[in-house]
Amino acid sequence: MGRYVIRRLLQMIPVFIGSTFLIFFMVYALGDPVAALFGDKAPDPATAARIRKDLYLDQPLWKQYLHYMGQIFQGDFGTAFNGQKVTELMASAFPVTLRLTIVAIAIEIVVGITLGVISGLKRGKSIDSGVLVLTLVVISVPTFVTGYLLQFVFGVTWGWVRPTVSPDAPFSELILPGIVLALVSLAYVTRLTRTSIAENVKADYVRTAVAKGLPRRRVVTRHLLRNSLIPVVTFIGTDIGALMGGAIVTERIFNIHGVGYQLYQGILRNNSPTVVGFVTILVIVFLLANLLVDLLYAVLDPRIRYA
Amino acid sequence: MRGATHAKWAACAAAVALAATACGGGSDSGGGGADGIVSSSWGDPQNPLEPANTNEVQGGKVLDMIFRGLKRYDPETGEAKNFLAENIETTDSQNFTITLKDGWKFSNDEPVTAQSFVDAWNYGADVTKKQNNSPFFSDIVGYADVHPEKGDPKAKTMSGLVVKDPKTFTVALKEKFSTWPETLGYQAFSPLPKAFFTDHDAWLKKPVGNGPYTVDSYTKGTGMKLRKWDAYTGEDKALNGGVDLKVYTDNNTAYTDLISGNLDLVDDVPAQQLKNVANDLGDRYINQPALIIQTLTFPLYDPQWNKEGMDKVRRGISMAINRDEITKQIFRETRTPAKDWTSPALGDKGGFSATACGEACSFNPTEAKKLIQEGGGLPGGKVSLTSNVDTGSHRDWMDAVCNSINNALGEGPVCTVNPIGTFADFRNQQSSFKLTGPFRSGWQADYPLIQNFLEPLYYTGASSNYGKFSNPEFDKLVDAANRESDAAKATATFKDAEKILAEQMPSIPLWYQNGSAGYGERVSDVKLNQFSVPVYDQIKVS
Repeated sequence: MGRYVIRRLLQMIPVFIGSTFLIFFMVYALGDPVAALFGDKAPDPATAARIRKDLYLDQPLWKQYLHYMGQIFQGDFGTAFNGQKVTELMASAFPVTLRLTIVAIAIEIVVGITLGVISGLKRGKSIDSGVLVLTLVVISVPTFVTGYLLQFVFGVTWGWVRPTVSPDAPFSELILPGIVLALVSLAYVTRLTRTSIAENVKADYVRTAVAKGLPRRRVVTRHLLRNSLIPVVTFIGTDIGALMGGAIVTERIFNIHGVGYQLYQGILRNNSPTVVGFVTILVIVFLLANLLVDLLYAVLDPRIRYA
Repeated sequence: MRGATHAKWAACAAAVALAATACGGGSDSGGGGADGIVSSSWGDPQNPLEPANTNEVQGGKVLDMIFRGLKRYDPETGEAKNFLAENIETTDSQNFTITLKDGWKFSNDEPVTAQSFVDAWNYGADVTKKQNNSPFFSDIVGYADVHPEKGDPKAKTMSGLVVKDPKTFTVALKEKFSTWPETLGYQAFSPLPKAFFTDHDAWLKKPVGNGPYTVDSYTKGTGMKLRKWDAYTGEDKALNGGVDLKVYTDNNTAYTDLISGNLDLVDDVPAQQLKNVANDLGDRYINQPALIIQTLTFPLYDPQWNKEGMDKVRRGISMAINRDEITKQIFRETRTPAKDWTSPALGDKGGFSATACGEACSFNPTEAKKLIQEGGGLPGGKVSLTSNVDTGSHRDWMDAVCNSINNALGEGPVCTVNPIGTFADFRNQQSSFKLTGPFRSGWQADYPLIQNFLEPLYYTGASSNYGKFSNPEFDKLVDAANRESDAAKATATFKDAEKILAEQMPSIPLWYQNGSAGYGERVSDVKLNQFSVPVYDQIKVS
């Protein structure tokens, strides 16, 4: 187990280097950011040259990348154009998005798995069809529609919640955005759980458990659900990274100053330190979430063992 | 029973979620801020907040609250009035003596002296400080020493700036520039306190100025709290207790907060909401011309656009554009069809002319077709419009302009759109002269002067002359206007120069951009100045 974890951690290094290089290259391909700093006016050549030199933009791409990676290993992620350290931006953005992700994942797990179990056990019944139709609707409506709609209904018309999130972004204000962010994934979690449960409910070990006279609830939670969760856990694991990076739409709608917003700003202004820095962290989150998922398999199904 | 722990955990999570939702609506509801405080939408300034480094509206908004300069533009008329300057004297339109008024202080109690200005200007011009607005000081003698085109500066200060005594300094310009004092209302010319130079980082975190407001707290990317400075001695004391600027991720979100009562003022009503705005806000919606014009500039460096007869083609394309309909349909009248190359915000006295472009700017498909044929037709039979499409409904209006041209010419889809993903990429292609068809060029004036609409854009070799338009007659008239010491005569000469633009049509004036703002019921007396920035100090809170 320990060796497996170490091997996995070592595998992360080439993935990390490769992905940062790709991102660096792609942001660079967007063009020279310095011209946009001057608005509609022509950039003053001498000033622009100084800024380029400071940002290392006058060097060939591979030198820029080496310089950047050298900085990263010293914990320096560079400076955004407004003079703020990218590490500062991260320190303010990641906790906010993390809270939003926690809310979204919690909703996914609780609501998604519950609905999935119910409809999986009642396959073919009207409640099952109801859940299927509902999830189909949720999957097919884009996030920005649900976002603006729920914001308008709950925030503006009924006034139950504040339509926008304050800078501190406490958990209480993140419930509505969390729901919006969770909705699409929630539908997938429900459907995955339902299929998995419906498959396993006829399995021998479930029949054995029932025959032993175990209470129905114990059969469902300990035997049926535990074995059915493996595909669901895989999905939720990869979803953690996807939600953190993909919150761009939700964060814009609800005025959340998180990772999505900073990334959007970074891309809009061609600010490579911001974009590469944030995506680098997201890559790490993805990798760790994947590792966690793999380790969870063994917990859920003892037949899976890692050497 | 081990199974129970799972169920209990799930139940707790659900309970927490429910409880939290219930709390969600209660806290901090109601009005936008504390008593007498105006809350207003904000965008994260693009650069650090230094007067000579701020060239966009969001940072300019703050500088307008915390700084006062030698001159200030009247928010109603745009006239440059003496503010800190007692008087600015010259006999030759080239050497100026500036005397300051008594009693001005920075909010850290340091007096505003001639040195405060000279230091600030030298800093702004210094190439090593990388200030975006450096070129504003380029008229001063000695600029090349502190801001060489290549290499390190030879001096730290410009020889054209001399402090005579704490209240007087002189400025020597390289050439005659009669309207130069009028430019001094621009924020790049603000004075700076000593603290700016001694502890620069601390100053950037909490800027100190001499305006009616002081910065109470500033969290980058989140917001800024400005409070009325009680010891402010200027005549334009703040009529409210302060302003809370809140950074919004999106102007739609800010608008939502405005109509649900969490915000007092938005100074950018999103395009998608324009159809609701009358219903939502009634007369609390402001839509007035600003010093902004959008044009389509022709790449005259490309011989196919510059050959004999092409002026007719350029005029023809202009006449094929139905400005009235596009501004109505796409912009819902937040743009005004252009009639010249300046802006109505200048006023008639300032040089705006509703007739300068004349026939060439009115929609006339038959005449357009005729002119284009006479001029030899579109180069290669085609025309392609270029702009960035990441903001500002650019894609929408370009499609509409192309439709208008195609319909007018009746030769099928000869006009196409060349969309560019980001502003930065567009700017790069534009400033490296790579574009081969007409491209969008927006211009926001820095000061309400007709000079600022013409010289930087159309003078031979001027900094923002992206089409490389060059006309000796035009240059001669601009030079003459700059030498002219009588303001009215100078304006008239600039207007003569503008007539050449109407003949040559190096760029097609499309429309003037309005400033738009909406405000809540708590506040009143909301106005926008010519730069479409709210005049914060005059806002009253009930």
